[in-house]
Amino acid sequence: MDSALILQARNLTKRYGANIIFQDISLDVQKGETIVIIGPSGTGKSTLLRCLNLLTHVDSGQIFLEGEEITAPGINEDRVRQQIGMVFQNFLLFNHLTALDNVMLGLTKVRKLPKPQAHEKAMHELARVGLADRAGHYPGQLSGGQQQRVAIARALAMDPKVMLFDEPTSALDPELIGEVLGVMAQLARENMTMLVVTHEMGFAREVADRIVFMEKGHIVEQGAPDDLFERPQHARTREFLWKITELYGKKEKK
Amino acid sequence: MLTDFFLYIAQGTAVTIGVTLVALPFGLAVGLLLALLYNYGGRWVSRAAGLYSLLMRGVPPVVLLFILYFILSGRLINLSPFWAGSLSLGLVSSAYQMEILRGALAAVGAGQMTAARAIGLTRLQAIRFVILPQAIRLAIPPWSNEASIVLKDSSLVYALGVPEILRRAQQLSATTGQPFLAFGAAALIYFALVFLTNRALDSLAERTKLPTQPV
Repeated sequence: MDSALILQARNLTKRYGANIIFQDISLDVQKGETIVIIGPSGTGKSTLLRCLNLLTHVDSGQIFLEGEEITAPGINEDRVRQQIGMVFQNFLLFNHLTALDNVMLGLTKVRKLPKPQAHEKAMHELARVGLADRAGHYPGQLSGGQQQRVAIARALAMDPKVMLFDEPTSALDPELIGEVLGVMAQLARENMTMLVVTHEMGFAREVADRIVFMEKGHIVEQGAPDDLFERPQHARTREFLWKITELYGKKEKK
Repeated sequence: MLTDFFLYIAQGTAVTIGVTLVALPFGLAVGLLLALLYNYGGRWVSRAAGLYSLLMRGVPPVVLLFILYFILSGRLINLSPFWAGSLSLGLVSSAYQMEILRGALAAVGAGQMTAARAIGLTRLQAIRFVILPQAIRLAIPPWSNEASIVLKDSSLVYALGVPEILRRAQQLSATTGQPFLAFGAAALIYFALVFLTNRALDSLAERTKLPTQPV
């Protein structure tokens, strides 16, 4: 992994009215790095991801993508979003389009590729998530796991510099989680830069280069998975990891 | 004698269909524009669209028809009774069609917009390629209802002197002294037109339905 800085968040603060969602968050993401963000619900993890690709705007602070400030006034936000892929908890596939057309839409309308090239690229991305044989299926004809893999292919088709995953397996039946995590682990091996919000501790431990523990709108602690899991510095981190591992373990036994 | 009788009323059918074919698409165009402004236009534009809908739906269609008719066929704009009547009817319908479409747009859900913007589509592209194709599917059944209302309300232009089905039935009733036959024939034609319209739109809804079953 080269250590080029690709995404940089500096002192980000987000409020909704008097409610502070997160405050003074700074985070450096290296190219090819997989970062897993963990923490209790309502801690601002999802909002942080949405701020990073400008779906929501921070109240203060700066975000840099490859050195360019994307929070600067007058920036072309559509061009920025095109370079940052996002995968959502509830898949959000375009329901009126087949898997293939879901992946092709951004290629033809945003990147303006001619149809044959867009088709070829889209089929390549579907094959990458193991769904080339489902290209003609509508979202309603796919399982949750398949829908989420199509959503990953749709994001990958734009050749993003960074991929954001917002609890990508939280809405899935337990037996479908594996196929999605498998695709994500494969992306990490291919050195895709990834920020993943998840409660899947097994994935975090095995795939992440760095784990960030967030609570109440702050980054409490971050570090390599082994350090964080074996030697957490803060009592809150320890407590959270213990609770979630307990929960995760119970789910496994079922 | 009886065939002449029916022929005379049937000739009004073409006018009725003509009025509907002007009013319905015109109301759709205005209603769609207003629905988009209502849902995506920012606070003041949205309020203005909402007020338009409220006013138009709060007055009986026939009253509005007279008001609009006298504007459209007045000194400033001078359209023929057919055009003034049809466009007025279209404006009345636009408020109802707006309500149908804004409900359908809202039903598509904010998530689809978020997902579209996340791959770099602009707002307009997202509306055009992602939101509208889904909203229109959802709108077909309630729109079918509005289409039959406009078809039936086209009889209101009778009051403006447009020689559609009802006006001809009225004339025949007066000249032949057979009101039951005259209005019965009119009712039969209206029923057939509404029935066919609803059937056609049902089949459109069926054909554009998104598959949900595993193949």
